[in-house]
Amino acid sequence: MAATGTVDTVWRASDTTPGDIEAALRHGLAEVHRQNQSYSPARVLNLVCVVDAQYSGEIANRLRGVGRYHPSRTIVCAVEPRRAKLDAVATISAPAEVGRGELGLLRETVVVRVGDRHLRHLDRIVDPLVVTDLMTCVWSPHGHAEAVDSLLPLAQVVLLDSVDEPETDEALHRAHDLSRSAYVVDLAWLRSTPWRERIAATFDPPHLRPELQRIASVTIRHHPDSAVVGALLLGWLASRLGWRCTPMVYRSGVWQGSVSTRRLDVRLRLEADSSLQVRGLAGITVETASGRHFSLDRGAGGLRAHYRHDRGTDRTWTVLGASRGEPGILGEGIRQALLRDPTYAPALAAAERLLG
Amino acid sequence: MATATQPVEAPENPLVEGLERLPVRPTTLVIFGATGDLARRKLLPAIYNLAHEGALPERFNLIGSSRSALSHEEFAKQASEAIRQFSRREPDQTVLHELLSNVRYVPGSFDDEKVYDQLRSALEAFDEDAGQPLNRAFYLSTAPEFFPVIVERLGRHDLQCHDGAEVRAIIEKPFGTTLAEAKELNHRVLSVFEERQVFRIDHYLGKETVQNLMAFRFANGLFEPVWNRNYIDRVEITAAEDIGIGSRAGYYDHAGALRDLVQNHMLQLLCHVAMEPPVHFEADEIRDEKVKVLRSIERPEPDDIDQIAVRAQYASGTVGGEEVPGYLDEEGVPDDSTTETFAALRLHIDNWRWAGVPFYLRTGKRLARKVTEIAITLKPVPHLAFQQDGGSLGVRPNQLILTLQPNEGVSLSLGAKIPGTRMRIRPVNMQFLYGTSFMSQSPEAYERLILDAMRGDATLFTRNDEVEAQWEICDPIVQAWADAPGPLPQYEAGTHGPPEADRLLEGDARWRAV
Repeated sequence: MAATGTVDTVWRASDTTPGDIEAALRHGLAEVHRQNQSYSPARVLNLVCVVDAQYSGEIANRLRGVGRYHPSRTIVCAVEPRRAKLDAVATISAPAEVGRGELGLLRETVVVRVGDRHLRHLDRIVDPLVVTDLMTCVWSPHGHAEAVDSLLPLAQVVLLDSVDEPETDEALHRAHDLSRSAYVVDLAWLRSTPWRERIAATFDPPHLRPELQRIASVTIRHHPDSAVVGALLLGWLASRLGWRCTPMVYRSGVWQGSVSTRRLDVRLRLEADSSLQVRGLAGITVETASGRHFSLDRGAGGLRAHYRHDRGTDRTWTVLGASRGEPGILGEGIRQALLRDPTYAPALAAAERLLG
Repeated sequence: MATATQPVEAPENPLVEGLERLPVRPTTLVIFGATGDLARRKLLPAIYNLAHEGALPERFNLIGSSRSALSHEEFAKQASEAIRQFSRREPDQTVLHELLSNVRYVPGSFDDEKVYDQLRSALEAFDEDAGQPLNRAFYLSTAPEFFPVIVERLGRHDLQCHDGAEVRAIIEKPFGTTLAEAKELNHRVLSVFEERQVFRIDHYLGKETVQNLMAFRFANGLFEPVWNRNYIDRVEITAAEDIGIGSRAGYYDHAGALRDLVQNHMLQLLCHVAMEPPVHFEADEIRDEKVKVLRSIERPEPDDIDQIAVRAQYASGTVGGEEVPGYLDEEGVPDDSTTETFAALRLHIDNWRWAGVPFYLRTGKRLARKVTEIAITLKPVPHLAFQQDGGSLGVRPNQLILTLQPNEGVSLSLGAKIPGTRMRIRPVNMQFLYGTSFMSQSPEAYERLILDAMRGDATLFTRNDEVEAQWEICDPIVQAWADAPGPLPQYEAGTHGPPEADRLLEGDARWRAV
């Protein structure tokens, strides 16, 4: 189906081979370029999605929502349990109108219908389809760990959302395992980005930086499904501030524990907020031994900041910023596939130690 | 004498590592000329987009000031409408509401002392509300004659410094219209502020494309060995527009092409091409290198102007299939105007790297198409083996083209064999387009510049000696053209400019087609 404002060149085949699909894409691109020389293929990223065939429409919708962060070549491996042969649809999407002197970016999507039997060696199907020399990112939102493992040798990046995993500790272990073979972009980590930026900003004024060494407690409030986001945020604080992590305890729906620093122990608390309607974090409160309380909570138009000092100061204000929404998070994930965040792996390791 | 507080040394903030958006200290931004065209079209939308992305400081306040008699609420309403009209994205209602909910407006003439008393009250109220001294940034988005007026009154009211916080002055272009004016303005600004507090806007420097020039030169080892007079024959910098002056006759007829584009933007491009690599990517190191280039350009002598500079005006013609009037027939342009709409220069950089290499600069309105590019032509090969049919077939010196707009990219022309049994050569292009390789949408130049100014990063702003060095080059031409009688040579709208520009070219060089 053509999206608004695009012209699609479509090729389909049943019982086909990766070689035929690749040849069809190559010929299609040459033909489209011949028709209009303003058209040029985007060459940023290969995104390989492994999805259950019955939910492939939902995934296509999510990818449509990422807007300008659309990858250049998307290869969707739609898994049908008993399928034996490959069927494929290759689509080259071009903007319907290209202004004089402007560039018309082409994007390619290949949907390959595969069976369970193909997953163990999915790389043999995908390898001929990725654009050589471009970064390749694998995203498998419906599990299919076997397929992901087979794709790791040709992928540089794995996109995942640890929030999708039912068990927080398993989610962290899986991300850790994958990070041994590829760079992991975890949407759960990206959900914490605005919070990390704001905590960093809160303590950035020179007179407040020493307070980082006097943090006495951290409480994180999260969507009931998103404890892993809170764990990563705690892991980030722990790894950046050199806290010695010991396992927290899960009791009555709350993770609690403490870590030790050179000066004092820091109480940690990770609690679900059932009033939060969207995945991610609801708020954070940081208290320091010198009597300062900082809190950030979701609010209209940004985060609601609250600062209190035991000596009497009490202020509330809004830190401006729009919610990115789920499509924005996924788009950000795809964008992050081309970047490297050196603080994720240490944060992940610390979070694993905290949640044991 | 400036009395701003020096930055305080503080321990490192370990939390900023890995963040894409570095913290910006809480700031109150004051826009002088807040109801003007630039503020409505660029500054307010840029501030909104920074707010939308969560890039503004944790605590941010906005104060507008201009002559219009408005209440705080009326200004907020005007700002909201401007943002809705000109923002690059549809505003999020909650963010827009929060951004403007506490905005303040100070009406009055910029030479009215009461304006600065009210301003001080508003600034202090924001500090009190925050419980800390907030950084202050004064954005002078006014007609240039008000720059010294505002700066001096800020000083008179002791607003140029703030205990425990930083104060910065962001000054729009044009920074003077002659060398003498630029020097005088620098003198008056620097008698109130320290240079490190002053951020002179050249919005070209905020463009991603211009910053990419630095990445292209200094992140790729391929070109550096040939980036000198031994291999480069000439450099041609073109900033062509297909549009006319539109409704800007009032401004443009006083400025002209030389002041509008060459003195600032095009000389910046020249500096980016010609500068030596800085040791570190830091504001003063980069600006030091740019100033060295500008100072290496010989100041034109009055008698030489005709040999190194050409000016012209567009006549009526056809652009994109439409009949368009000549410059003198544009609304608001005097019949006897001698303002140039086209300017071309030939400059030489007298240093070890560039001695003998001509730099051609060309800009004009109502040319064949809109394009900004830098064309670097390499010297021909020393010996051509492909002698056939009385000579080589289409062998041309390599050209490296850095296109800034409309399609940012790099192309390299190479000689290649035409398929067939004979050894025939013709130029082909190896092309790279940035748009095919990056997903991110470039931020508007003003978003980057406002954020950098609030952060105190002056890398993309023009330093005092840089502005003066630019004027040292352009001022003699401005003066010579002012003294010369009209009428000016004309070029037909929609063409490549006046034939008179050809006389600047050395040897067998030809202007690239626009």
